[in-house]
Amino acid sequence: MIEIIDLRKSFDGIEVLRGVNLVINDRELMVIIGKSGVGKSVLLKHLIGLYRPDSGKILIDGSDIVQTCGKKEVCRLRERFGVLFQGGALFDSLTVFENVAFPLQEKTKLPKRVIQERVSEALEDVGLSGIENKYPAELSGGMRKRVALARALITEPSIVLFDEPTTGLDPISMHAIHRLIVRTHKKYRFTGIVISHDIPQVFEIADRVAMLHDGIIVEVGLPEEIQNSENPIVKQFITGSLEGPIKVMD
Amino acid sequence: MLFERFLKSIGRVVLRELRNLGSMFIFLFNALVHIFIPPFKFKQLLRQIWFLGNKSILVILLTGSFTGMVLALQIFYTLSKFGSEALLGPAVALSLIRELGPVLSALMVTGRAGSALTAEIGIMRITEQIDALLSMALSPIRYLVVPNIVASLIVFPLLGAIFDLIGIFGGYVVGVKLLGLSSGTYFSKMDEFIDMEDITIGFVKSLTFGLIVAWVCCYKGYNTGYGAKGVSKATTEAVVLSSILILVWDYFIGSVWV
Repeated sequence: MIEIIDLRKSFDGIEVLRGVNLVINDRELMVIIGKSGVGKSVLLKHLIGLYRPDSGKILIDGSDIVQTCGKKEVCRLRERFGVLFQGGALFDSLTVFENVAFPLQEKTKLPKRVIQERVSEALEDVGLSGIENKYPAELSGGMRKRVALARALITEPSIVLFDEPTTGLDPISMHAIHRLIVRTHKKYRFTGIVISHDIPQVFEIADRVAMLHDGIIVEVGLPEEIQNSENPIVKQFITGSLEGPIKVMD
Repeated sequence: MLFERFLKSIGRVVLRELRNLGSMFIFLFNALVHIFIPPFKFKQLLRQIWFLGNKSILVILLTGSFTGMVLALQIFYTLSKFGSEALLGPAVALSLIRELGPVLSALMVTGRAGSALTAEIGIMRITEQIDALLSMALSPIRYLVVPNIVASLIVFPLLGAIFDLIGIFGGYVVGVKLLGLSSGTYFSKMDEFIDMEDITIGFVKSLTFGLIVAWVCCYKGYNTGYGAKGVSKATTEAVVLSSILILVWDYFIGSVWV
């Protein structure tokens, strides 16, 4: 279980997270929605220790990642995570095979043959067999995201973070990625946290939805509860209305 | 009041620069420690030796030969005023081995490869590839910085030596073929005037320049700002700072090791 308790973070005096409280249960798929620039990705990066909060706690199965300062302990915690970054974050100089195999080659002593099998299986899972020798620059945006997902899942992590997995994709690719997230979640039974603003598609994939606004979680609930929420902030965000408490830049 | 504000702004700048300096030295310390901790990344090291060294050879050959040629022209003119044209060979060789070879080759590699290094690491930073390494519990210093530092320590002295050789040959072409000095005169006094210490100074300079360039360029790339503007700023800063440090360090070594 992941517990985020009163998490605060400022950048250059601007408070981005102003006391985030959120509990994510084991094996659930939690989608965090919110306007661009409200700190969703910042929140996600706190979970793997890429940012240190100004104050607050992040408990992963009871151990506080914020207080974990030893390099080995941080590494042990990070090994439990798989991350799908916004742009995929594939290594440009490596082929698709090398990218997906990278965590296994670097973190395990598995024989070459086993790594080859695992990579083939992971690529098959994301529907991309036969592109092992291509470089990331030769792939479309959707394919890059799929390869990145295969890389995130190759070590069979217990927690997978998806940072806006469908940003920049066409509606068909977006739908395919959502379906892929649900399918892999069912297969690997990981705890998933998805950052997204794909309304209403996220309601189809989420076990629960949380909305981050103005540095705090304003509402958490089942997809249908969020869809029927009376909270004016949530309502405005879901309907995409220009009128309401969320300030829209002209 | 105005004076107080002035002092405050100076204090802010000094503190910021001290913080940057501290963070640069911590970065270097981290990288140097990682050099000796396995696993060693030989594949990346070979790739960087090829990138920094092999791809810089043409630039070094061109700049080295023309530096030697222009040096021979200028020194011949000066020596002829004293009737000591026979010392042209040793004068060209000494200038190249002790000073111009290490400095100019380092400046050329900074322009060609250092900037590319900063841009590559900077782009890896803004496209979250460095975050991806961290999220896999892997050290970006080991993968991105250590191979570049070790490769530079190997490559810079070699390129400096190539620069010296081709420069001496360039000086030979001008001195012997154009200005009519005999080939024996050009080479004969070299071993008399150049001793092992001169070569050691050139070697140590190249070695330390390699460390400076790899350190500054990797640091600037690793701590690049946002977007294309951030990468371009980091690249410019890396080249300017590396070049300044090369010249300052050159003077420092030259003044303590005469």
